[in-house]
Formats: sequence, structure tokens, C-alpha cells
Amino acid sequence: MQETFVKLRSRYWPDHLLGEILSKRWTETAIPMIVLIAVAVALSQAIPGFLSPASLGDTARQAGEIGFVVLGMALVVIVGGVDLSVGSMFALCDFCALYCLNVLNWPVPAVIVATIAFGALLGSVNGILIGYLRLRAFITTLITLIIFRSAYDLLLVGNSVKIASSMPDFPAWDFLGGGELFGIPSVALLYVVIAIFGHIFLTRLRPGWHITAIGGSRRSAYNSGIPVRRTIALCYVASGALTGIGALFFAARLGTVGGDVGVGLEVTVLTATVLGGITLGGGKGSVAKALAGTLIVLLITNGLTTLSVRGGYNRMVLASILLVAAMIDIRWLKNRNRIISKVYVAPAYHYLPPPPSTEIGKGGPFEQNDKLRDVSLIGLSRIESPEDVILDRHDNLYAGSRHGDIMKFHAPDYTRMEVFAHIGGQPLGMAFDRNDNLYCCIGGMGLYRIAPDGKVEKATDETNRSIWSVNDDSRLRLADDLDIADDGRIFFSEATVRYEMDEWPVDGLEARGNGRIICYDPNKNTTRTVLRGLKFPNGICIASDRQSILFAETFGCSIKRYWFDGPKSGTVEVVMDNLPGYPDNINLASDGNYWLALVGMRSPALDLAWRMPDFRRRMGKRLPVDEWLFPNINTGCVVKFNEQGKILESFWDLSGANHPMITSMREHRGHLYLGGIANNRIGRYKLDGADPNFVQYDKRWGKQA
Amino acid sequence: MALRRINQQGIVLGIFAVMFVAFTAFLPGFFTTANMLTLLQNVSVLGILGLAMAIVVIGRGIDISLIAVLAVPPGLVLQMVQDGSSLPVALSVALLLSLAFGLFNGWLIAYAEVPALFTTLASGLFLAGFGQAALFKLDVVQWSPGLQGFEWLGQGQLLGIPMPIIVFALACGLVAFLLRSTRPGAYIYAIGDNPNTARVTGVPTRPIIVLQFVLAALIGCFAGLVMAASVNSMPTRIFNSTMIYDVILVVVLGGIGLSGGRGGVLNVVIGTLLIGTMLNGMTIMDVSYSGQNLVKGVVLLVAVIADSFLNPRNEETAQQGDI
Repeated sequence: MQETFVKLRSRYWPDHLLGEILSKRWTETAIPMIVLIAVAVALSQAIPGFLSPASLGDTARQAGEIGFVVLGMALVVIVGGVDLSVGSMFALCDFCALYCLNVLNWPVPAVIVATIAFGALLGSVNGILIGYLRLRAFITTLITLIIFRSAYDLLLVGNSVKIASSMPDFPAWDFLGGGELFGIPSVALLYVVIAIFGHIFLTRLRPGWHITAIGGSRRSAYNSGIPVRRTIALCYVASGALTGIGALFFAARLGTVGGDVGVGLEVTVLTATVLGGITLGGGKGSVAKALAGTLIVLLITNGLTTLSVRGGYNRMVLASILLVAAMIDIRWLKNRNRIISKVYVAPAYHYLPPPPSTEIGKGGPFEQNDKLRDVSLIGLSRIESPEDVILDRHDNLYAGSRHGDIMKFHAPDYTRMEVFAHIGGQPLGMAFDRNDNLYCCIGGMGLYRIAPDGKVEKATDETNRSIWSVNDDSRLRLADDLDIADDGRIFFSEATVRYEMDEWPVDGLEARGNGRIICYDPNKNTTRTVLRGLKFPNGICIASDRQSILFAETFGCSIKRYWFDGPKSGTVEVVMDNLPGYPDNINLASDGNYWLALVGMRSPALDLAWRMPDFRRRMGKRLPVDEWLFPNINTGCVVKFNEQGKILESFWDLSGANHPMITSMREHRGHLYLGGIANNRIGRYKLDGADPNFVQYDKRWGKQA
Repeated sequence: MALRRINQQGIVLGIFAVMFVAFTAFLPGFFTTANMLTLLQNVSVLGILGLAMAIVVIGRGIDISLIAVLAVPPGLVLQMVQDGSSLPVALSVALLLSLAFGLFNGWLIAYAEVPALFTTLASGLFLAGFGQAALFKLDVVQWSPGLQGFEWLGQGQLLGIPMPIIVFALACGLVAFLLRSTRPGAYIYAIGDNPNTARVTGVPTRPIIVLQFVLAALIGCFAGLVMAASVNSMPTRIFNSTMIYDVILVVVLGGIGLSGGRGGVLNVVIGTLLIGTMLNGMTIMDVSYSGQNLVKGVVLLVAVIADSFLNPRNEETAQQGDI
């Protein structure tokens, strides 16, 4: 009863989605957004008409003005600095705009250009000092704050009357200050344009990446050749120019130069930046965060003003919200990865009946023996991690290695070893096509093709993305084994879409159907997923009817058959289930049957744990990884089975000296070649009564001259 | 090579010396006993605040809320006495308030791990708002008869030396003792030098950070009392001024790097003297307030640029996240 419930829950409740959603980058912005929404809702409840178009338009105007300054600050903070002089620059730019317009009577376009250029000029003072002279940002902009402010005060003394006395009337100027397009204030429109550009700039363009890289690690950025000084300087220039734009709109809206213009603006802007979640110290931040921060600060200050709260309470509320939000944001950013690592693993219910016995004396096809004691060894201690082994028509032996190479052992004695091809990732399953190209699944990279002369080409590394999956599953994470159909289509398995290759035991702990089978068609150069939701699909072998594949589900402990052509096209059928171990690669035997490697044997403890998802969830949360219950891969064997799913024979290495764990085997001219992903040797076992002339790919593709 | 060893402290001292000599030579009435005492008296509050800031900055923090703590608890003393409380009661309440404020800051920074710059920015705003909303009736809290005798702290003299100078000197001595001769002082330097190493070594980093901010708040409150006593009132709007930037400048110009672990009380004294001399000279020359600020800014900039040429930072040695 309880187990039924666990089973149903595990099947229909998407446990795995929480972790996948949390690991999306955009969840970093979640806290500021939630705060923003909470503030907006609270204020709209407290203030009637808070969300009315008029009120919103007014907020949008202010948000635009300050928003530009915040964008500039965000840029500077992301690059690893801070700009305290924005308030004074704002005042100076405001003065510049009004002086050009009211006193010098320049046309509006000239005023706009002059103001932005003036802002950029002021910013370039900071930029040269901090970028090129490498002064400290905090102290430098503190000093320029004072200098700019006193310059502004001195300028005011002579000119404030002149500015105030003339009020030129330009429609374009009024449009800047109070104009609307489609009901949206002009400033907000420009802000949207610049914000969208800023987003693309930061996330998609090279200079934007340089900025984030410098903020993340200045030293690494410098050493990797990024023009650190120029980039930093330009960020301050941009901050100045953006401040100029903000001041321009401010000047157009209010048209005043007062002593308090821009006083304390740096505090507001810095607050908005940090509140939006842009980390002081650099490397993290986005336009969305800057916008969220701006809106939060503005909504709060405006809301409190509207509520006509006494000045002091206003400050207290603002400060409290700032502190609480910053605290939550910091805890969130700090613990996000820890939370993800705790909730990402989402174990599922997986029931296996008691396995058939393998004990000596109990009989049965799995009865242990010591047949593999007498293997001869190839490449002992010269090769590492030969997951798969394969032999070509000329009897040469190929095997993958941990170092990202495919090694070639030359016939006939297999003592001469050379690097056949360097690929760069761990080679897993391999197969030859009709033209003797070697196709190889590379963990973490995809499907690769190696021509007979050793030239490496990528066949495919992505497939169609599932529409409803949260994780982007279009990239191949763990292509595992393949075989090739008569028309050249390649069917390969991807063991899991949720974990990387080195995390395969975690996928075993999860026992969720995370794997899939993918078809790559070299003729059309297309890649499509054909089967989903498999429990670590592994070995693949074309069946004798040439219309179906046999595939192994490692953690499903079963062999299944999938028809890709013919009358049963698209259907799946179980060939064998409840194997006593975890099946790995499948290959053709000379007598028309199939070889199957069992990479490890089942244990009652894990079998039981697989029926208890909550138990495994607790285990995943509370225990270090090395103390988890893992699938046992210390012992395994090779078995031969026929197409009806009957086990015919098994081969064991009881002593465990050479082949305790086997991931692959190939029959070739009366011998069986054995590989293991955790091994440093390839075994060669003499098969009694096997066809001494059997060459897999001669039989598969027909003899070649 | 000898030039290489000149650090910012040396440069500032040099500028101070040049300026002092120039003022002495060209400004009549500068180098007189009376003016010297005025100079020192004017900057002693700034100097005391500089000491508070120094403790925090050496431990790689920053305390923007110093001006709030300068204004609010001392203002509370004046207000409570005005409302009829006795001076000791008012003083203890103010001390408790400063203590609580320091603990609050320290907890947020050390335990909640909110950056110091941001914490003190917000908490200063909070405290100022609290004072404005709940404590004071007017922006300027006036002196009242109940404070009789307390103004000695700001206006009295000892052996002909105004009290603020003596108080500043005493504070310097105490802070120097704390930083140089006690275990917590050594811990502050260790944390400022490298917080992670200090933590791994077994330094109780979090309590020490709390201690820094408590000390800063108490010293700030003390500076406020001196200030109130010397001007016979507490203008609480001082929170809105740019005074906090002056305090930071005193500390940084004196040679206490914002990246922590360097400098001491001597640096604060040097920084204070430079600012004091500059302001005093310009006041004698009758430069306007804005003009003074402009000159101050330019001089500071020159000092910082000179430092960057003599002690260049580069991408290899710069600390990450050091702004």
C-alpha cells in the first residue's frame, strides 16, 4: 500500500524539476524580483491610485532618469569598481544642458550631444585615473565627487540667475521632459532601447564578456589578453555618458539648477545596484537586476512620499527594506549552489525482483566460474580506461584511453601501440561503418568520426531539444555506445541528460529514466532523439533482422529491443529483464548470438534502496558522496545470449586479477577481447569452438577486396 | 631605489610639511600659538572620527554610519536633558544606544555577511531616520541648563590647551594601545590582512568584526559629545553633509589602505593634520567653502596619483574584489 503510493508519487510528481529550475542562471535575479513584486503589491494596497497610469507614468519618468545612472553604475560595479561621483556628474551635466540651452541658446540636438559628451568627458577623468593610472575606484571617485561638486557650486554662483531668467521654448526639449509616445514617457522609451541594447551587450557581445571577465577575475582577464585598462576606463566613460543622459532628461523635466541637484544620488544609485543583486566587487550583474533595483528603490521612496510619512520614518523604512533585502539576497546567492546540490538529485522509485543466483553450486547460466583466468594481456599498464575495444578487418585492435586518445595496437602480436587519433574526451563505444570509418561516442563531447587515416571529424554533438524539459537537453552530455544500420543511420545511446560523465554513480542513485537513444543520419546530417526516459541506456547492437536494435539499460538491468524499421517500427520490447548485474556493451558473436558485458553485479542493499526514494534522498543530502550506496562495479562478467533472451554461457574472473569489471568485449578470429573502463589492460581470451575466421565487420558489411 | 620606499604616508607628510612651511612664510597670522590651537581644535572631532574609521578600515571594513552615530546618540543626550532627565541617565542611554547600534552593524556584517559598505549605508540611514522621527523635535537640538559643566569637554582648557585637543590625544593613545599592544588589536590587523587566513588560523573573526563596529560606534558617539559640547548644540542635519567623505579621506590619505591590514594611529594624525592645515590656511586666505573643497579635492587627487606612481598596483598584485 505504502509502496504503491511511493511508486505513484515518484512516477507522477516531477521531483527533478525543482533542482533544474534552481540551477537556471535567471533564478539569481529571483530575490530582487520577488522583493519588487512584494513592494509593488504592498504599496498598491496602501495607496489608492498607486498603479494608475498617471502615477505609473510619473514613476516611469523618474525611473528612466535614475535608471540610466544605475545602468552606468551597474557597468562599473560589474567591472569591479564603484563610481561615487555620479551625483556630482549628474549635477554638472544638468548644469551643462541648461547652460547650453538657456544661456548659449544652442539648438536642442547640439545640447543633447554636448551634455552626453560632457558626461563622457567627466567619466573619462575617472576612467583614466582608475583604468590607466590604476588608482582605487572607491577613493578616486570619492575625490572626484568632491571636486565635481565644488566645481558645480562655483559655477552656480555666477550662472544660476542667468539660467533661471531665460526659459526658451523648444518643442523638442519639452518632448524630452514631458513627451509621450503611445502613452509611454519619452525617457522610458529610450531607457527600454538602451536597456535592451545593454542586455545584448553584456550577454552576447565580446566587450560585454570582457567586462564580466575582468570583474570576475582581473588577473585572469589580464593574463588571457583582455585589454583590462582600456575596458575599465571605457566603463567609467560609459557611466559618465549614461549619467549625462539621465541628467539631460532631468534638466528637460524640471529645468532648474539648485544646490541640491544630485546630492546623495550616489547613495540611491548604489542602493539600487546592490538591491538589484549586482555584487559589489564585480563579475556578477545584469541589466534586469539594475532595472529591478531601480524600481524597488523608486517605488519605495515614491510610495512613502505619497503616504506623506514623516521624513524620519521614510528613512527607517527604506533602510530596513534595504537591509532585509540585501541579507536575503546575500544568503540566497551564497547558499544557492548548496541548495541546488541538495535538491538536484531526485531519486525515483525503481523496483527489481530478486535476481537469479550466481553462486557456485546453485547451477544456472550465471553460475560463477574462473574461465577468464587464462587471458593473455595486451597493453598492460600502457593503456588506461579502454571502455570499448574494437578490431578492424586487418586484425588491428583499437581502444579508447582516459587521455582522450584512441590507441591502436598493431596485429599480429599487439605489442606495438600508437596513438591512432587524439580527440580530447574519453572515448566510449565504437563501431566501423561500411567504409571503415570508425565512429566513436565521446563522453561529454558527442559522436565523432575517425577516418582510416586517423583524421577526426565531429559527426554530431546536439539533438533536438525537448520542448518541456527545463534543462537544455539539446547538447549531448554522455554519448555512450552506438551501432550502424544498413542504410548508414547511426543509433547511439546517451546514458543521462542530467549528469556529466564523472557523475554517473549519482544517476545510478537517482535511478530515474534520464537516458535516451538518438539517431544520427549521416546522409541528411540530422540528429533526432528516438527514445526517451531510459534508465542509463548503454550498449547498442543491430539485431539480426537489421530492422531493430538491442540496447542495454544499465540501471534497468534489462535488454530491450527497439524497431526502427519494418512492420513493428517504433515499438519497444523487452528481451531480458531482471539480470543479476548491470548490463553494458552488446556485440555480435560468431554463432549469431550476442555477447553482453555485465559491468557490475547487483546487491540486495541497493535493490532495496531503489524502492525507497526518500531514503536515497536523505542519503544524498546527509552523507558525503563517497559514503553513498552505489551500484557495485567491482565484479562483473561476460555472458552470451540469444535473440530470444536466453542466457547461454557466462565467463567470470573469480580471482579478480585481470578482469574484475568488464565494460566491453569483441569476438575476433576465435578470440574474445575484453575492455574495462577502470582497467589498465585489454584481455584476449581463446574461445573454444568459435569460428576462427570470424571478423565482425567483414560479416557485417561484406568482405572487401 | 630610495624613492621607491616613499609611501603615501610619506607623500602626505611631505605635502603637509611643504604646505605648513608655505603658509608660515606667506600667511601672516598662520604660525601663531592661537591659530595652531584653533587649527587643532577644529579638526579634533574629525580626528576622533578618523580613529573610529581607522579601526574598521584596518580590519578591511568601512563604516559610513559614523556621522549618524555622531549625531543621534549625543543629540539624544541633549534632548533628554532638555526634557528633564539627569545627565548621567541621558549619557548611559546614549551609550547603550551606540552600543546596540554597533552590535547591530557588527552582527549584520560578521554574521549575516552583508558587505560593510552597504550595511553601514543602510544602518546609518536607519539611525538618522530614527532620530528624526522619534527622538528630536527640532533639527538642531539646543543646549539646556541641565548640561551645566558638560561644555567643559568641548570648550574647557587644561594647561592652556583646549580640551578637544587633549581628548583627541587621549583617544589616539587609547586606540594606539588597543591596536598595538592588545590581542584584539593584533587580530584586527590579521583579519584586515587576510580574513580567510585569520579564520583558518583560529582568530575569532566574527566576534572581532563585531568588536570593531562596536568600538567605532562608541568612539563616534564620543566625538559627537565633544562636538556638541564645543558648539553648545547638536545640529542633527549634519548627517546630510559630506562629512563622512572627509573622515574617509583623513584615514586613506594618512596611509591606511582600504584593503585593510595596514596603518595605524599615526596615519590618522597625519591625515588629520593635512586636512586641518589646508582648511585653516584657506580659511585665513578667505577662500569660499566650495573653493576650499575644490582645492582639497585636487590636492588629495595629486597625493593619490603620486602614490600610484611610487607604489604601482598592477593586475598581478591587486586584490580581487578590492574597490
